[in-house]
Amino acid sequence: MYIIVVGGGKIGYYLTKTLVNEGREVLLIEKDSKKVATYEERFGSVVVQGDGCEAATLEAAGAARADVLVAVTGDDEDNLVACQIAKAHYNVRRTICRVNNPKNERIIKDLGVDVTVDATNLMKDLIEQYIPERHMVHLLTMRHADLAIVEGRVTAGSPVLGKVISDVRFPARTVISAIVRQSQLLVASGSTRFEEGDEVIAISHREQEGELQTLFTGEQIVQI
Amino acid sequence: MRAIIMGSGRVGSRLAHLLYQQGYEVAVIDEQPNSFRRLDPTIDVLTVTGTAIDEDVLKEAGIEEADVFAAVTNRDNSNLMAAQIAKHRFNVGTVLVRIYDPVRGEIYQSIGLQTISPTTIIADIFFNEIIKQAQPASPAIAPTSQKETR
Repeated sequence: MYIIVVGGGKIGYYLTKTLVNEGREVLLIEKDSKKVATYEERFGSVVVQGDGCEAATLEAAGAARADVLVAVTGDDEDNLVACQIAKAHYNVRRTICRVNNPKNERIIKDLGVDVTVDATNLMKDLIEQYIPERHMVHLLTMRHADLAIVEGRVTAGSPVLGKVISDVRFPARTVISAIVRQSQLLVASGSTRFEEGDEVIAISHREQEGELQTLFTGEQIVQI
Repeated sequence: MRAIIMGSGRVGSRLAHLLYQQGYEVAVIDEQPNSFRRLDPTIDVLTVTGTAIDEDVLKEAGIEEADVFAAVTNRDNSNLMAAQIAKHRFNVGTVLVRIYDPVRGEIYQSIGLQTISPTTIIADIFFNEIIKQAQPASPAIAPTSQKETR
């Protein structure tokens, strides 16, 4: 597997270093020749000086045989263009784009980038998981199907408390996957009964998240 | 007809002037409010300070009712991103992008974006002029027609 990293800031540097240490074939493209010289001293000839949005640079980097291109500069427009050129011109199978401004995530996905990584939103989601009053937590969004993995907590006030899964009217396109009960993982089946303190892992369509939340919290969710 | 111009540099301000004279309602977006000094003070254009890759800035400039979006800053990638937002998110009918890097321009042209590369155009003009002047057989045509446009 051949990986091209565009942008030698902190993220690009540590990502390249990690991949090199894992024995992957990786090439880092960085504009600043001073940084390139420093990095070359550290990891040898896996760094090239150039603009990762320029076809000539990508051509010389062997983009045509790359499996993955990761664009991690501090500018969303540069990351987007590097990914789009890799995809449109070199048929790179997987493009991964760092998103600096959370507002840009949606449009970058819509414009054909395979994976977007938005540190701001990731951290926000992680913080929300630790807010104790929240009984439903959004764990992960799966972009292709617009699905989300969510975690619901069964409390004394939950409408599902004491019911078996097959008796609960879950929203369509929702799968109850697993239950964590007293630190033990249970595989959910139709006859599993919800107990207080259960942490329920479900896969749901994003539009149904609100309905699902009502089943765990008992609160009606007002759609804004 | 409503036109939005991204970039209030020499090209953007000149284009704003031309479109205004043609009867367009014109909005100009630039990150540097100082750049609006280049706009002809006698014409009535909406100026919006901000980055055109931000949907809120585009909305403020009236993107939802725009017929034309022209991205003419000197940053190819910003032009490309804003133009794609205008085209795919707001369905603007005519979207034109200035791109210095001709290869990048061709790649985006192949995926449906209308790009214009000043690099290629100017090199061609210079080249044609040099060739003309090197051939004394037809000397009169080029210099006079060039003077009239000034």
